[in-house]
Amino acid sequence: MTTAIDVAGVVKTFGPVRALDGLDLKVSTGEVHGFLGPNGAGKSTTIRVLLGLLRADSGTARLLGGDPWNDAVALHRRLAYVPGDVNLWPNLTGGEAIDLLGRLRGGLDEKRRQELLERFDLDPAKKGRTYSKGNRQKVALVAALASDVELLILDEPTSGLDPLMEAVFNEVIDEWKDDGKTVLLSSHILTEVEKLCDRVSIIRAGTIVEAGTLSELRHLTRTAIAAETEQPATGLERLPGIHDLDAEGRRVRFSVDTAQLDGAMKHLTQFGIQTLTSQPPTLEELFMRHYGDELAAEEAVAEAGASS
Amino acid sequence: MSVATAGPRPGHHAAARSGGSTLTGTGTMIRFVLRRDRVRLPIWIGAIVLSVVGSLPAFPETYPTAADRQARAALLDNPATVALTGPAYGTDDYTFGAMTANELLGFVAIAVALMSVLLMVRHTRAEEETGRTELLRAGVLGRHAPTTAAFVVVAGANLLIGLLLAVLMPATLAELSASSSLLFGAAVASVGLVFTGVGALAAQVTEHARAATGIGAAAVGVAFALRAIGDVGNAALSWMSPIGWAQRTRVYVDDRWWPLLLAVGLTVVLVALAFATTSRRDVGAGLVPPRPGSPRGRAGLSTPFGLALRLQRGGLIGWGVGLVVFGLAYGSLASSIEEFVSDNSTLQDMLGDSGTLIDGFMAIVVLMMALLAAAYGLTAVLRLRSEETSGRGEPVLATAVSRVRFAGSHLAVAVGGSLLLMLAGGLSLALTASLALDDASVFGTLLGAAVAHLPGIWLVIAVAVALVGLAPQLVHLSWVVLTYGVVVGVLGGFFQFPGWVTKISPFQAASPLPGGDLGTVAVVIMVVLAVALFGIGLLGFRRRDMTTT
Repeated sequence: MTTAIDVAGVVKTFGPVRALDGLDLKVSTGEVHGFLGPNGAGKSTTIRVLLGLLRADSGTARLLGGDPWNDAVALHRRLAYVPGDVNLWPNLTGGEAIDLLGRLRGGLDEKRRQELLERFDLDPAKKGRTYSKGNRQKVALVAALASDVELLILDEPTSGLDPLMEAVFNEVIDEWKDDGKTVLLSSHILTEVEKLCDRVSIIRAGTIVEAGTLSELRHLTRTAIAAETEQPATGLERLPGIHDLDAEGRRVRFSVDTAQLDGAMKHLTQFGIQTLTSQPPTLEELFMRHYGDELAAEEAVAEAGASS
Repeated sequence: MSVATAGPRPGHHAAARSGGSTLTGTGTMIRFVLRRDRVRLPIWIGAIVLSVVGSLPAFPETYPTAADRQARAALLDNPATVALTGPAYGTDDYTFGAMTANELLGFVAIAVALMSVLLMVRHTRAEEETGRTELLRAGVLGRHAPTTAAFVVVAGANLLIGLLLAVLMPATLAELSASSSLLFGAAVASVGLVFTGVGALAAQVTEHARAATGIGAAAVGVAFALRAIGDVGNAALSWMSPIGWAQRTRVYVDDRWWPLLLAVGLTVVLVALAFATTSRRDVGAGLVPPRPGSPRGRAGLSTPFGLALRLQRGGLIGWGVGLVVFGLAYGSLASSIEEFVSDNSTLQDMLGDSGTLIDGFMAIVVLMMALLAAAYGLTAVLRLRSEETSGRGEPVLATAVSRVRFAGSHLAVAVGGSLLLMLAGGLSLALTASLALDDASVFGTLLGAAVAHLPGIWLVIAVAVALVGLAPQLVHLSWVVLTYGVVVGVLGGFFQFPGWVTKISPFQAASPLPGGDLGTVAVVIMVVLAVALFGIGLLGFRRRDMTTT
């Protein structure tokens, strides 16, 4: 499998701020890659380095086999980009903006342009300033999706879309995937990433903290179990990988590392399971574990610092 | 605290009613406007006050004796100079006071007028266009609070300018009496007040801050033109201009306060109209409802240059109309000057024929056109920067458009646009002047004079381009170069600066035209320098990060 995006050890600083701190990111050709992280983690900075809008301080970045900074124009013919915060020209209509951006990239597929306008239910005759946030995003999406390119770079493309339009977006991206095209999808909407993506990279404070396929990542997550047993279940606390144990009479609740699920179940059956609910591991849970605890700790430190 | 929210409190509803005024929150908004402009306001106020007060010490140095001053007065009292500065009065006994009023008041009036329009639109329509007003108005903020707060601050800035002038002018030049200086300050402030009202109203008419500023600036131009034509010919026209009212106080000579009442009255009317309009329209809307546009981009909208041209088309047309009108107005004055000289035998003996005076007048008119065209060029280059900071440039640069092509397109519009402006203004001036004087040879010389200013204009643009490439945060410093050209070019005749001070102005080489000789060496140097700065700017733009701050 060839690599569409290959970033290794990229550092980008803005004054004293290290926005990217040795970032590694690999996206194979033909995959839909989820790029996850909270606000300010460095997702947009990474994308802007990949687009040659920012120059990395150190490290290497390769995009479609070229150098994003030096070969920007040639590479940009082969990719389309949707910014997270779409800002249109106030006195240009949406249709004009779509045509302009498409032509600057090297041409639009007319049939596809029309089809996308209908699917996204977008009126191209309105002026840029009269569009809502979601409609501005649709303008950028139609401009990008109506071009014949190998790679789509999408920066939180659905943050302004309603659920109906999100469904349309998901369909369109699935079609792209079927055509064997590559997508880098930056997002903090985890269900969207779970639905669309083959592989995921999670960024935090300018570095990738987890990367892998969804099933690989699920291994890192915990399954939440709630059970009622014939006899009170004991000894769970001695098992590896059990967290947040809460036993009350014959009811027991705990979460278990996915890798240790089998052992926990075998242990439970000894007590005679009467009811059992399990909550499958979600990306959200993984995400929260990577950010929630640490962020809470950081906030506590910051607060302590501010109050002293 | 939970007790207080548990049930209705006595007086709670009364408070809600009394707080329901359309002016609620004005005090907070005033502090907010002051906070946003804590640098901008002192710069405007300081620059305007210092430009007047700083000029005063030069009066006794340049014109030490009464005879010197009378010689200056003789130069002043002709249609050419009157059209440029204002009605010449007190020329029989040309005191320092009369000198201050005649030579400075007209220019300070334009400065405060522009300041007032720019600041008013910045705090009203510009905020509304970005959607920030919506955020504020969703809070406890009355409908009229944003406009009122902006008006209070900008009107306050004008009054402060007036007050500082009234205090500092007599302190700097003892010959200026305190009471007359107070009137001078009030006259300056009155012009500012009117254009604060103009800005408030212009902000209601259109949805775009740029267009609102354009309307306000056009109003300043109209006020100046009315005064110019009125002062030379039909005085009734001057009475229709706020700048004319300020000059008709005949400050330092007759000290009439009453013309300023007109300014106060007009301000009240303008602000009342702005308030009435705000009450009738939606937040974010103008008086002209938006129409749907073309669902498809025309063939021209396929290149970065097509985009740059499309974005700047409206502005270029506005500036073009302004320069054409300017050329028509001043070109038509040529015959008045000719008549004046042929009626005045002493002047005829002094000058030989009317040619010298007309040439001198036309040289200043063409210079002013060049300064205006350069100002357009700067706004065109600054558009490149605002496309970058607004994030609109990003999707364009993410297509197969190189940085140099992107920046070069805006640069081409700036360079080509200033060329078109000089041709349009030059043609209208040359045509009307040659018709008025019935002399076809004037046409060629005037058009040539307009074209000869282009290298200087392009050098100013090139400075801005270099800054965009190398130090984008400092790009507004390019206005300093233009301001220098304005000060040296327009006020230089009066102050008689040292030679090198005038020589380094980019507008100096072509300023002897028509009539004098073009500074060819300087033109070559400027062209080379401009090309070098263009190159440096584009190279810098290619090498640096695209920023949104």
